[in-house]
Amino acid sequence: MHIIDRRLNPGSKSLENRQRFLRRAKALVQDAVKKSSQDRDIRDVLEGGEVSIPVDGMHEPRFRREGGTRDMVLPGNKKFVEGDILPRSGESRRKASGPGEGDGEDAFRFVLSRDEFVDLFLDDLELPDLAKRKLAEAESVGLRRAGYAMSGSPANLSVNRTVRLALARRVALQRPRPEAIARLEAELADCDDTRRIELLAEIETLKGKVRRIPFIDPIDIRYRRFETVPKPIAQAVMFCLMDVSGSMSEHMKDLAKRFYMLLYVFLTRRYRHVEIVFIRHTDRAEEVDEDTFFHGPASGGTLVSSALQAMHEIVRSRFRATDWNIYAAQASDGDNSTSDSDAVSRLLTDKLLPVSQFFAYLEVSEAGGSTFDMPDSSLWTLYQRLRADGAPLSVRKVSERSEIFPVFHDLFQRRRKQEKAAP
Amino acid sequence: MTCTAGRLFMGADWDFQTLQGIHDACEQIARSELGLEFYPNQIEVITAEQMLDAYSSVGMPLFYKHCSFGKHFAHQEASYRKGLMGLAYEIVINSSPCISYLMEENTATMQTLVIAHAAFGHNHFFRNNYLFKQWTDAEGILDYLDFAKSYVAQCEERYGRLAVERTLDAAHALMSHGIDRYPGKKKLDLRAEEKRAGDRRSHEESVFNDLWRTVPTGPVKSPELLNTERRRKLLGLPQENLLYFLEKTAPRLQPWQREVLRIVRHIAQYFYPQSQTKVMNEGTATYVHYRIMTRLHERGQISDGNFLEFLQSHTNVVFQPDFDDQRFSGFNPYALGFAMMQDIERIVANPDDEDREWFPDIAGTGDAMAVLRDIWANYRDESFISQFLSPRLMRRLRIFHLHDDPAESAGISVDAIHNERGYRRVRSELARQYDVGFIDPNIEVFDVDLSGDRRLMLRHSVVKGAQLNEADATRVLQHLADLWSYDVSLVEADGTDTILKEYMVSPRALAAAA
Repeated sequence: MHIIDRRLNPGSKSLENRQRFLRRAKALVQDAVKKSSQDRDIRDVLEGGEVSIPVDGMHEPRFRREGGTRDMVLPGNKKFVEGDILPRSGESRRKASGPGEGDGEDAFRFVLSRDEFVDLFLDDLELPDLAKRKLAEAESVGLRRAGYAMSGSPANLSVNRTVRLALARRVALQRPRPEAIARLEAELADCDDTRRIELLAEIETLKGKVRRIPFIDPIDIRYRRFETVPKPIAQAVMFCLMDVSGSMSEHMKDLAKRFYMLLYVFLTRRYRHVEIVFIRHTDRAEEVDEDTFFHGPASGGTLVSSALQAMHEIVRSRFRATDWNIYAAQASDGDNSTSDSDAVSRLLTDKLLPVSQFFAYLEVSEAGGSTFDMPDSSLWTLYQRLRADGAPLSVRKVSERSEIFPVFHDLFQRRRKQEKAAP
Repeated sequence: MTCTAGRLFMGADWDFQTLQGIHDACEQIARSELGLEFYPNQIEVITAEQMLDAYSSVGMPLFYKHCSFGKHFAHQEASYRKGLMGLAYEIVINSSPCISYLMEENTATMQTLVIAHAAFGHNHFFRNNYLFKQWTDAEGILDYLDFAKSYVAQCEERYGRLAVERTLDAAHALMSHGIDRYPGKKKLDLRAEEKRAGDRRSHEESVFNDLWRTVPTGPVKSPELLNTERRRKLLGLPQENLLYFLEKTAPRLQPWQREVLRIVRHIAQYFYPQSQTKVMNEGTATYVHYRIMTRLHERGQISDGNFLEFLQSHTNVVFQPDFDDQRFSGFNPYALGFAMMQDIERIVANPDDEDREWFPDIAGTGDAMAVLRDIWANYRDESFISQFLSPRLMRRLRIFHLHDDPAESAGISVDAIHNERGYRRVRSELARQYDVGFIDPNIEVFDVDLSGDRRLMLRHSVVKGAQLNEADATRVLQHLADLWSYDVSLVEADGTDTILKEYMVSPRALAAAA
């Protein structure tokens, strides 16, 4: 008998089957993910979890029979005797329990892992056109081996290849081997005169041949050749700018946070390495850690340009636009002192927008506050004006938690061809 | 004061040394006291996740990839996580060596139970039952599965995942109709054929009587009818193994598609005996583990506490709820099988008059194990129940028979109960429920319109008015038509040849192009 411990075997043997199943049921699962994300917190949504899809979509048909006369043999007879007729009250009971059972049957429930969930969740989103164009330009260059060349720098000399070619040439031209000469010279030591003359002449020709055919010729030399290939940048930095002046309530901060989270998850799907920079501002800006960003108390006036200035400085000092994909999301209630407008627009159009892939402005407001009744805020008006001038800004208003995902989805939705062509 | 010298283990913990000891102790009892014969054992310890993996690929250790297994896995994982479903303690594979999977979280008692149950009970049954001997090749199955897996993977690489998946979908839909139910007639070779023809001739010569010439024969068959008969004979019709028929005769299948159909067919065939012997297989294993555990306890190799733990899970396994119980979902094969085997043991050892009347062959013969071994080797569920379900057991389980005729408006009639008048009827009716011939709808390839549009004609012989579920039947026929690549029709006819319903399906364009 053998006992084998299989516990150490690699697990997830049916991972591939599972992926096949998800691929097959993709449309259905995606619908289910969307539906379940509507009534869940974003934090929970991204945790994955159970979804249910209509069982019809993945049905595996078989020849099945139904109806007809049925014979049943059952255990546990209590009081029946042969010939009894049982009224079909059982029918109605079965029917009553039918739908309840049927629900379970109609919906096929299973658990998605976090990764699977996020994949499906973000599947029809992509980086906006603007970002893609920028991305194409902002490629770095890498080197790749590409065969051998006749010329190159000594550092790239390929010894292997060179010696091989030299050997081939020497063999082809029949360059005498040193051993052959040594053998003749040994013979020279003890032989008669006539033979000596012959040998001397032979050795002379051989030596001459050795001189004429060099061990390594310049035509043998090969260098390793490298080609430059464009390499897309695989790292991104995400700037979170937020107004933390007294007018921002907890609710507004919460909305902003949710938006940042989505953006972060989205970016981590697209880039290998994502950094986050938190900049909060009142009438002056500072870079803070996450906790302080969302929870640290601060008060003061509002000067948006200070935050933009801070971002600009950080970009200049730490994130060169050629190496990093820069994303920025600004959240604010829209208050800004009117005198600041010029500075803001100048900073944005001259400094920040040219280097960033994407700049979103999210105007948050109190829950229930209709966005239509109130006059547009000063920042909103300013950004609208900039947009009208052609600045690549994305601006949205949000007042409810449930609007966050639709707004996000709307910003990054994969555009169809004609829409792409339109703007 | 307890004597612990001979104990196999203490408490609930176990290690591989313990498993080895348990196995050896069980083997000794199984061989010498129960007289079992089994394949060599291979015991594999696995985790819950691996158990779920095994579940979703029909319990086999290696299997080709297909999304339907992923679907089952997802579903079972979900219900396992929610606690709706417990996992089996073991899975055993009909192969040589016989592989038993044990869950790592079983206690030592449970491992003993599982080893006795799977590694000896099931193992003996697999090795000796005639159905398994006839239909499965225990030595070859793992190699075959390995071949199947790599072949399907190769096909996917070569012909694209989509095409392979579509073929497998279709084959899976027809899987229940890809089984040879009867060992086929052996084709005679030329020499045997000649010999038979000669024998026939000499027989005719020896019994020649001119009088026969004057006896009127039946009506002369028309040439058309003869033609049809010849064609049907050439195609081997009627043919109930739909997958086999497609594999051999579907006109436009690629060679690899035929091989895939063949793989699915072989696997269906491999599981065919298991579906026919659920009650016997589980009954055997349960009976064997009960005997072995009891012996171990008698010998003092397991403690009283561990034996109680065993009894608790044993009674859970053989629990049979009544029909009006919430938990009722048909007969529990473990319970029915175990009860019948115990009953047989009693009949053999100390029968009463009723037993002598009902089972004259085995009553009082004395050697229960010999009788049981013979039964395990030579019966399947249907024949086992129809011959060995005793009146006493029917009374104990209080079995009765209901007849539900939709045409009868008054209600469901109680046809027979566990009394003198009813024993035989209840028993044969219960046996019928385990007869595969009645479980699967009887669908045959009836004919092919070779001179016309190559339509494949199927026929469903309706039994007791149960027709096919329309939505499902259409879908399966769609798959069938895709494989056949021409139209497929199905008629449902009852015993009097009245056509009840007709289906007609054309292949999808995609499949024809593939």
